[in-house]
Parts: sequence; structure tokens; C-alpha cells
Amino acid sequence: MAIKDYLRERFFPHLWCPGCGHGMVLNGLLRAIDKLGMSKNEIVMVSGIGCSSRITGYVDFHTLHTIHGRALAFATGVKMARPELNLIVPMGDGDALAIGGNHFIHAARRNIDITAIVMNNRIYGMTGGQFSPLSGENIRATTAPYLTIDPSFDVVELAKAAGATFVARTTTYHIQQVSDIIGKAILHEGFSVVEVLSQCPTYFGRKNKEGDAVDMVQHFKKNTTSIGSKAKQENPDLIERGIFVQTELPEYCSEYEKMVQRAMKGQ
Amino acid sequence: MSENVKFVQGNEACAEAALYAGLDFYAGYPITPSSEITEYLAYHLPQIGGKFLQMEDEIASLCAIIGASLTGRKVMTATSGPGFSLMQEALGYAIMAEIPCVIVDVQRGGPSTGLPTHGSQADVNQARWGTHGDHAIIALTASNHQDVFSITVEAFNLAETYRTPVILLLDELVAHMRERLVIPEPGKIPLVDRLKTSVKEGVDYHPYLPREDGRLPMSDFGGVHRFNVTGLFHDMWGFPSSEPSIVHGLLRHLVDKLENRAHQLACYKEYYTEDAEQLLLSYGSSARSALHTVENRRKRGERLGLLELQTLWPFPEDIVREKCAGMKSVIVVEQNMGQVLQAVKLAVDEPAKVFLANRIDGVFITPADILNILRLIQGKGV
Amino acid sequence: MEKCRVVFSGSGGQGVITAAIILAEAAVLFENLNAVQSQSYGAEARGGATRSDIIISDSAIHYPKVIQPNVLVCLTQDAYNKFYQVIRPGGLLIADTRYVKTGKKVDAQQKEIAMFETIMDRIGKPIAFNICMLGVVISLTELVKPESIMKVLERRIPADFLDMNRTALDIGIKLGEAALT
Repeated sequence: MAIKDYLRERFFPHLWCPGCGHGMVLNGLLRAIDKLGMSKNEIVMVSGIGCSSRITGYVDFHTLHTIHGRALAFATGVKMARPELNLIVPMGDGDALAIGGNHFIHAARRNIDITAIVMNNRIYGMTGGQFSPLSGENIRATTAPYLTIDPSFDVVELAKAAGATFVARTTTYHIQQVSDIIGKAILHEGFSVVEVLSQCPTYFGRKNKEGDAVDMVQHFKKNTTSIGSKAKQENPDLIERGIFVQTELPEYCSEYEKMVQRAMKGQ
Repeated sequence: MSENVKFVQGNEACAEAALYAGLDFYAGYPITPSSEITEYLAYHLPQIGGKFLQMEDEIASLCAIIGASLTGRKVMTATSGPGFSLMQEALGYAIMAEIPCVIVDVQRGGPSTGLPTHGSQADVNQARWGTHGDHAIIALTASNHQDVFSITVEAFNLAETYRTPVILLLDELVAHMRERLVIPEPGKIPLVDRLKTSVKEGVDYHPYLPREDGRLPMSDFGGVHRFNVTGLFHDMWGFPSSEPSIVHGLLRHLVDKLENRAHQLACYKEYYTEDAEQLLLSYGSSARSALHTVENRRKRGERLGLLELQTLWPFPEDIVREKCAGMKSVIVVEQNMGQVLQAVKLAVDEPAKVFLANRIDGVFITPADILNILRLIQGKGV
Repeated sequence: MEKCRVVFSGSGGQGVITAAIILAEAAVLFENLNAVQSQSYGAEARGGATRSDIIISDSAIHYPKVIQPNVLVCLTQDAYNKFYQVIRPGGLLIADTRYVKTGKKVDAQQKEIAMFETIMDRIGKPIAFNICMLGVVISLTELVKPESIMKVLERRIPADFLDMNRTALDIGIKLGEAALT
């Protein structure tokens, strides 16, 4: 299918700023879905609030644009009600890990078959450039005029510790890898977390003098490396990309079905 | 003994009724005094292949059932005041996105942690105004287990009919006490199933285009129609819009679909009102003490009546005005600082004749409490 | 029948609430009577005096709490001290001899009955103490028939424990009969 057949062109132009990384993530996501040959009717996309969450309006799936931070809780309800559907939940960094942090770790703990995509641009874009729990220290933001003092979460480590059975990271520079990893995450049976470093030239870039969108994307190229690479050994500050965890463990909806069998037998 | 006769807590009556109404998806979080509903459904739902989820908090519980409702399931959650406070944002979402669901609030003393194990009726206004923005809401209540059963079924029927969340305001006393419940035969209480769209695959389906009667046929997530659901103001496609005419039209639709039907939505019971000179107006557990009082005073020849409200919101103001007309006095009996009293005063022609008999100390209001107020109003002292 | 208002009181773990539920359930399910049962809940119900209220009647019961019980059972001194004044004049107050020393100024028939000691003597375990108490209550009040209590127990209790509970109920009934004379 042509990629544009997955889009609701009726609702374009989209609201993302020029140079925003979120459209690149959408591109990678749709190519992954196209490659998997999935029917549009079997995909439910659930999002919360923020720039990234507007993605649901533009794609021709069953789409649920919910409230801030709670997308995974809504998605858990949809998935439990109809386990045969594929749930994809794109979230921003604040949406997923500040207000939604509790739902994030509990969805991971249950290992429910949902694909969570954290579109991490290290800033609240829609509200005008406030720092997020993934901004890290010494970042300038509209709520950090004297630079941030808050340490950042490491999404990969957090997801691993909480029990996610597929954990990966990539960037908008590595667009093939975005598509490849999201495809694997969708196929994985269990809770999958894909962190995609995405650029916000409008707020993060301008505030922190990181240049334009192209500069920011090149920054992802320079500052990341494949998991366990020689470059990482030489320069421990590089951020690793790739699949960190991919394990098969009991998935929540399947376990629930087993419990139903026990309950029906009166055990 | 018939198998249909049970001796149960009010919470169990509510859970039984939900199953009777076709509940097949429940999510909840433990909180006193509602936990028995959650426990009962954790046991029974898996036995019928239904879904039960214990979520990480009350916010997630309401979000999960809203998600499940979109796939065509009948859904419910239950909580108490603190959890109900947490649910307010998602409640607004269900109102805005017009998603059927039932939310049980077994009221306890507040504010804050308050009195977890004591009864109260102080969430009446939270049910009405808890979520932000202009909106309409349906809130129901009941005073005994048989009525808890029928009103719970009604809650599901109204949620499905009007595509709206319905709040069931129980209280600790009714929820925890045990009394007789007769489970009606299947089919005895009619059930409303969701109105589904007849639009065929490949033809444009407009999820938010009301029919002429104001109803919106739904299409299940996972079905042949793919559409957007959002808490933003939205057009007939469900796509966000800030176009003033669309915003105005949607808000009017959301409010009018319930407020314009206040009379039709009103459930209430009357006792000894035909010749009454004084009227008690009550609801929920308080109505039990009120009815006890009315029956006792009738034995002594006092012409006292009772109007028991089961629909609290939209407030049945026409019925209240009509029933209160000509009374020497109207005494609102409730366990809060006068939440329904205010609505009654707004509804009646002579608000100066409306008085409050209440208790706010966690003790269930007694017939003696009500009698004292009656005597005071009659100028007899306590 | 007249409305009968009953209060069972004691301390947590003695099974007074369970006994109250069994009595009221027996009345509703097997005697075609109306009954309501309620109790105080929460942390405060665990220590100190526990109380459960039962009203049994052949007409509708609206106000579900007991203000003045016709029948008051006290299984601990704390419960007795806290509740003995509320008994309806001329009512029946049943106290366990092992735990309660009764006062003299109560306007009620007081029956001090060795329920705990007899149970320990005959069964050796205190776990059916509350069922023995129920036996005493129904034999002194005839609120419900023993068979109705047994029918409720059959629904609630594993078969292995039924015999012991039946024995405890019979012990209570005999103790009650003895106290009548």
C-alpha cells in the first residue's frame, strides 16, 4: 500500500513545526506497518496529550486521542477487551514519563502486548518549551531560566527494570532503524518500549543553541552509537542505539485467558 | 427458598445488578467502602469470560474502562470519594467523547481521607460539578438493596442510551449493610443495548453526527469503521476543531441531550404524599430514616409525606416543584451540609419553607434527629 | 411478629459479626422474614468492643440501626461496660461468664451463661464459640429455628466442620434451655 493510504489527508496540513522530528517518526512507523502488511482495521493507536500525541489524528487506524499521561491506561482497556487488536501508543517524553510515569511502569510490569513509542525531544513543546523528566541537567527551558538541576530518567533502564520485554532506542537520524525497530516491537508479544530521540528545533534547539533541525539531527548521528560498539568503549558518553532487551515472557492477555479457564473450572 | 433470594451487602447488590445488565469489563482500585464491588467482580467476571482488571490507581481504572467501552463492551468501575476525585479528568473525557460507562461512588466522609469507614452523602455536588467545564451529567442513587439493583441496571441503560458516563452515588451504610435482595428473572428488567451504526463498510461513517433524535450510533473499535476519538472539541468526524460554530454546537448537544430530558430521566418514589402537609425530601441511606420517621408520625396522625429522589442529576426540578407546592414546610434529609437542599431551594416556589435535617459527623442520621428538626419547624422546640 | 432488635457485642476474632450475619440470613432465607444486619467498620472495629446490629421483623425495616436492643449479647467486659445501658427496659441481656462480670442495676433479664467454658470443655477449641452463642440466643428468643441456622451453615462452612458447628449449636440451645428454668 502507498504510505499516503495510511494517512487521513482530509486533516492535513498537520500542526507540527517545520523541522520537527515527529513526522519522521510517523514516517518510520507507517513504513514498518506497511512492511508487516497489517490491515488498518486491526490497529488501534492510542495517544495522550502533547505534540507527539496529535499523531493519532493523522493516521487511518482506530485512533484514540486521550488525556495527558493516561494513554497506556486507555490502551490497556482496549487491549484487554479485544486482545486480537494491535495497540500502538506514541507518547512524548513528558506524557510518558512525568504525568504518565506510573502507567508506564505498570504496563511494563504486566507485560501487556502494547507497543509504546517514546518520542523523546526532551521538552514540552505544545505548552511552550518547559523542561521534561528527560531533559537532563544544565538545559535551558522556559521553566529553567537558570538551567535545569533535575537529573534525567534513562528510558531504557527504567523500562528494563519495570519489566518490559522489548526495549530499544534509536533516533530520527537513523530512519531505517526507526522503521526496523518499530516493526520488531509490533511483532513482539509483550510490552515493547521504543525510545526515539526526536528534535524540537522550535523550543529545545533555540533555547539551547543546538542550531536548526538539520544540526540537531546530525547531533544524533554524532552522539549515538550501536550497542556495545568500539566507539562506545572509547567514548562512554555516546548514547547507545539498538535493541537492549528482547525476551519471551508470559504476556498479560494470554495469562488472563488461562485464569479464565481456571475460573470456569471453579479452581 | 428460591435461589433468586439473597441476603447480601448493598455493594454485592450493585455488582450483581451490573452482571444482570450485561457488564463484561470492569477495572478498579481498592478503596473503602467500595472494595466489595471490586472483590465480587474479581471472582465472578472471569467465570463468565468477562474481563476484570485491578489497575494502578483510580485514574487508570476509569481510563481502562473507557478504552474497553469503545470496543463495544459494557463497562463499570467503583470507588469512593478520594478515588472519585482522581477520576474527574477522565470523567470529563467520557462526557466529551460520549463514551458509555458506569462509575460507582460509594460515598464516605470527606474532604480528603476524611472518614473512610463512615457514611456520608457529600459527593452529590462533586458528581455534578467535579469535572471542569460546562457539562451535564446523570447521577443516580438508591436507599435499599432492591432499588440498588434496579437503579444499577438503569445506570447501564442510560449510559448506553445517551452515550454518557452515569454516576451511581451509593453510600457506606447501604453499601455495607445486609438485607434481602431478590434477583429478578432474566428479561424482567429490560436492558438497553448499544445503538450500532448501520453504515456499511466503505461508506463514510460520521461518529459524531447526531441523528434527528439526538442519538449517535456507534461503531466498535476493531470494526470496519476507523475514526478518531478525542477530548478536544471535535467535528462530526471526531477530528479536533476550534471552529466556533462546531464548539458551540457540540457543547449544546452535550448539555441539551441530558438537561432537556430531566423530566424523563427522573426516577423517584413517593410515600404518603397525597394528603401530606409537610414533606420530607430525601435520597440514599437518609431516605431510610426519613421513611421510618414518616411511618411513625403517621401512626400519631401527623400528615407527613416523603419524596425519595433516585435521580439526583439532572435535578428533577419540575417534579420537586410540583410535589413541594402547597406544603407547610419541606425538610431535606441528607448527610452533608445541604447539597441537595440548595437544588431544592432553586426549584421550589417558596424557598423560605425549605429546611435541612442533616448530620455531618459520620453517624447515620436517626429518626430522632429528623423528629427534632420537625418539632423545631413546628415551633415546638426539641 | 414484633420487630426484634438485637445487638451482638464482643471483641474482634470472637465471631460476633459472623454470628449476626448467620442469624439474619437464616431469618431472610429460611423463615421468610425481613432482616437487616449492619456493623461498625474499620480500624476502630478491630480493637476494643465490636458490635453488630440485627433487626428481624415480618414487616419492612427502614432505619437499619439498633438504638435500644431487645436482645443484647456481651461476650467481653469491654462490650458489656460500653453497651449495657442501651438495652430496652425489660429486654434480654446475655453475657458470657468467662469474660463478663455483670452489674446489678440493669433493667433487663440478665442471663450469665458459661458458653466459653462449656465449648472448651466439650469441643476443646474456641472456634465455634459464636455458634454456641447463637444457640443460646435462638433458644431463649425463638427468633429462628435451629434448622434454619444449620441450613445457613451448610451453605457457608466446609462439610468437615459442619458436625462441630452442629454440636456447638446444640450445646448453646441446651445452655439456653437450662437458663430458662
